[in-house]
Amino acid sequence: MAFHITIKLFATLRPYAPADADHYAVAPGTTVADVVRKLDIPVKDAKLIFINNIRRELDTPLQDGDRLGIFPPVGGG
Amino acid sequence: MPDLRAHLAREATDRRRPDGTIYRSLSTAAAGRLAGELKAALRHIERTALGMGILPERYARNMTTLSLEDQQRLLGCTACIVGVGGLGGHVAEILARLGVGRLRLVDGDRFEDSNLNRQRFADMASLGQSKVAAAREQIAAINPALEVVTLAERLTTDNWPALLGDADIALDCLDTLQARRDLQAACRKAKIPMVSAAVAGVSGQIAVIHPQDQGLAALYGDLAAAPDRGAETTLGNLPYAVTMLASLECSEAVKTLLGRDSTLHGGLLIFDLEDLSFEVIRLEG
Repeated sequence: MAFHITIKLFATLRPYAPADADHYAVAPGTTVADVVRKLDIPVKDAKLIFINNIRRELDTPLQDGDRLGIFPPVGGG
Repeated sequence: MPDLRAHLAREATDRRRPDGTIYRSLSTAAAGRLAGELKAALRHIERTALGMGILPERYARNMTTLSLEDQQRLLGCTACIVGVGGLGGHVAEILARLGVGRLRLVDGDRFEDSNLNRQRFADMASLGQSKVAAAREQIAAINPALEVVTLAERLTTDNWPALLGDADIALDCLDTLQARRDLQAACRKAKIPMVSAAVAGVSGQIAVIHPQDQGLAALYGDLAAAPDRGAETTLGNLPYAVTMLASLECSEAVKTLLGRDSTLHGGLLIFDLEDLSFEVIRLEG
């Protein structure tokens, strides 16, 4: 039984956002890494991952209603 | 210096805030005159005035968000601004106007054409000049009461004691991860907090890192494996994102210096102006 999450991608990752980012279907057991792979997001750019505003890792499993955000490394000054 | 106190009591005048409340004020003209007559440092005059409940008029609009005590405390603080380019130039100006008493400016670079879109002290006259020298000159024109030390060097794991000096806080206004890593290591050894910020395009991030924190590793993952530069190599650095982030750095630095518990510490603020997203992420604990 699939559930839904929202996905928010920042800066250079924005173009990888799916059209249904606000209601994105995932299967139970899906991890952040699975979503990153599915959306073709370069793994090296998926450094700062947060779910419901708490920093998480690539192997964190997703839950129904989660808000997943991914921010690429930025370094300008 | 009882003589100074007597002079200050004489020079102070009553002024009215826009809300009607009255305060004792010292004009910049009077402060400058006293500095000349008594051969005293302006910063000393301002701090003494504040201790007597007299507000140097140049800080009038810092009140009452800041108290007289806050202002006096900030005038006694030292901030080390590491990197005086996009973020650092604006940070230096804001802290100078605000009245943080001593600024240490660290940057070995000179201004070049591509700095002109965002760097506070880059202009047609300063192209080719040392960034810290240009900054010192313009800061002195804004607030001559400040003690500004310029260090035209890149901070490393070796030279940091001389560059940080007795700073109470460091502001990371750098543009590579290696340099940030070196600054974090230095701040840990010096046991001082740092406000760290980075920008790419119209996105940015800012954190307040204390010596005991996981720090940059929470933002970039394994630091040894992380790239030295990020999305800014493609997206550039837009001036309004840079100035916004510089403002946020100053706000966090002031709260940290004043010991307020409302800082970002333990969190990371990220924003993307393209769709106006602002998020505060909890990093640890």
